[in-house]
Amino acid sequence: MKSKSLLNIALVGNPNTGKTSLFNQLTGLNQKVGNYPGITVDKKQGKCKISEHLTAEITDLPGTYSINPTTLDETIVLETLLNESNDSYPDLVIVVAEVENLKRNLFLFSQIKDLQFPSLLVINMSDQMIRKGITIDIEALKKELKSEIILISARKNLGIDALKREIENYENWNTEPIANISDKIDTDFFETIKTTFPEFSLYKSWLLITQQKNCAFLSNELYQKITAFNPDSEKVKKYQHKETIYRYQIINEILKKTYSVDKNEATDLRSRLDKILTHKIYGYIIFFGVLMLIFQSIFEWASLPMDLIDSLFANLSELAKTNLPKGTFTNLIAEGVIPGIGGIVIFIPQIAILFLFIATLEETGYMSRVVFLMDKIMRKFGMSGKSIIPLISGTACAIPAIMASRNISDWKERLITILVIPFTTCSARLPVYAILIALIIPDVRIFGIFNLQGLTLMGLYLLGFAAAISSAVLLHHVLKIKTQSLFVIEMPNYKLPSFKNVFFEVVEKTKAFVFGAGKIILALSIILWFLASNGSEKFKNATEFVTTQESANNLNDDVLNKKIASYRLEHSYIGTMGKVIEPVIKPMGYDWKIGIALISSFAAREVFIGALATIYNVGSDGEGSGTIKERMAAEVDPVTGEKRFNFATGMSLLLFYAFAMQCIGTLAIVKRETKSWKWPMLQLIGMGALAYVVAAITFYILN
Amino acid sequence: MGDTIASLLIGEIGIIQDFCLDAIPLNLLEMGCLPGKEVRLLQIAPLKDPLYIKVNGSHLAIRIETAKQINITKLR
Repeated sequence: MKSKSLLNIALVGNPNTGKTSLFNQLTGLNQKVGNYPGITVDKKQGKCKISEHLTAEITDLPGTYSINPTTLDETIVLETLLNESNDSYPDLVIVVAEVENLKRNLFLFSQIKDLQFPSLLVINMSDQMIRKGITIDIEALKKELKSEIILISARKNLGIDALKREIENYENWNTEPIANISDKIDTDFFETIKTTFPEFSLYKSWLLITQQKNCAFLSNELYQKITAFNPDSEKVKKYQHKETIYRYQIINEILKKTYSVDKNEATDLRSRLDKILTHKIYGYIIFFGVLMLIFQSIFEWASLPMDLIDSLFANLSELAKTNLPKGTFTNLIAEGVIPGIGGIVIFIPQIAILFLFIATLEETGYMSRVVFLMDKIMRKFGMSGKSIIPLISGTACAIPAIMASRNISDWKERLITILVIPFTTCSARLPVYAILIALIIPDVRIFGIFNLQGLTLMGLYLLGFAAAISSAVLLHHVLKIKTQSLFVIEMPNYKLPSFKNVFFEVVEKTKAFVFGAGKIILALSIILWFLASNGSEKFKNATEFVTTQESANNLNDDVLNKKIASYRLEHSYIGTMGKVIEPVIKPMGYDWKIGIALISSFAAREVFIGALATIYNVGSDGEGSGTIKERMAAEVDPVTGEKRFNFATGMSLLLFYAFAMQCIGTLAIVKRETKSWKWPMLQLIGMGALAYVVAAITFYILN
Repeated sequence: MGDTIASLLIGEIGIIQDFCLDAIPLNLLEMGCLPGKEVRLLQIAPLKDPLYIKVNGSHLAIRIETAKQINITKLR
């Protein structure tokens, strides 16, 4: 092996071993999230300086208990370790274990060793050994495992230097396998594998055979060869079973010689906390309380930064308009690009706060208890206890929420979760709700305490959850997908959250939103700008036409300019589109102007307000939504002479926004996650039809 | 009828005898749930499902239909 200057290191380990803490310690802010080619699961990588001449690119692989995957996330581990042509194919593997669950951690380590990678065992949380009454004979363990071992405490930054020094020496590590699966299971069978695939280690060949369906990267030739081998599936299952038992036998023998726990030292904090947190009454009360706290904080804490961002981008836009030379390019920047970026950035506070909570709760170990508590209930709706986190995340943004569904192992449960997430009230619906509620619901108190407007907003939230749950029940009965439950979750020990891990998690999730949804929102904003600022002949001659028409009225410049802008919009491409769809949206009580706003909403729902602001000639800058509201309140239906935004239209709009799938970003991510256009199309059409029917009926009844 | 993990009461311990391979996901074995190992029922979720067990040093939650497939002999 030749010495390299850039090492590829894969970080592998069970969940809850502190693998991510170690990754954060090694790489700090030099992290990036990329995509795995083909399968689009986020890949966390970071650079780390090992020594003067040696830098490592470290890939933090998703936590897994075994190389045999049960979820999409875990498939990545298999792929990265087996596919030699992937960019992150490791030169060496670091397996992160933890003192308390060493036995189970070594199971994964033994698999990695058998793939014959240069591999290093890192035992984390070594600072807690004394407190937990654990003693490990490291020297003996090294010999038994034929491997180097480093003790660390990632949170306390202990042992990291020793780890780096050991990595420098990786070319001298022993790469012998530790489990001899062939002799213990079926010598003849495994000998045939060896002769059929002489190019690979025995364990790698065995994995390729057993995990063929999870190995999308195989070359055609290799695929044929494996298919031709074709052992019967009963046999494979039996042998996997035997392999598992055999690995644990070896590990038990090794640990008997090297590892001891003094049970008296073990604390029972876990069982006491478990009794309360999973209690049949307190458990639910606490969970409900946590939920309330999260939602409350999203509103309270996020409103200030959101207002700041809003005015910042309005000012930037104004600044660009006044300082750049006049022309199409400046208009594109000031009216397309800047508001487009603003439309993305404005969601960051809510998303960051939500993931701050979720990451903290996951770090403490509480989330597993929530899964335990909610699994049975969620199964009645065709989902899993693990669907809870995605559904809560959906109240910030459906995009990271759908990505959070990847750890649901059952495909049907995962699919239903993905399909119903867009019903939860995401932050983009909020500004739309806020302005419509302010417009049609009187600001009065009920029973002296509850604000009617606030109650309406809460009602819309509950409606979103109710829609999600009912459509899940429907899908549960309609979708015919055969499944076998693979539901097993680890109940990790409770621990204090690490600030650093939470911080990195929040940054990562926010980035995923900004670069995932953001690109689409920005692109659509620019398209919409183009459609609104170009049009037919009438559009081009707007200034002349309006000036001539209004010449008798002696208007001041300001009013005249607004009239021109309004006329231009009416005859722009998007105005034409609004007019085309007017007959269709009429049953819901909307005119072509609202139609424009609806079309614009496909970029992101909150664009609705900006679009109306433009249509009604209200500057969205400076004066705030109060003026938009006033202008909307004053808008009159030219035929009936009634207020345009009366109670009927307002309710109809609220319900339309509650149900309709108006988010291109979400559709794109659903396509990505389900690998098919079928499911996003089902969402678009199904949710759209529901929204249309409900809004039309509401309008009909109330009008 | 023999005992399964589902027939344990909270706090009771059993030794895993065997299980039907087709009904048990491989990942459960890989997390340490193996014949001959001690299993203790720690908690039952409020709606009687899932079960919270400690087996072979690991703390796991499994669904009741999985638990019913794992035959055990009770200790004591």
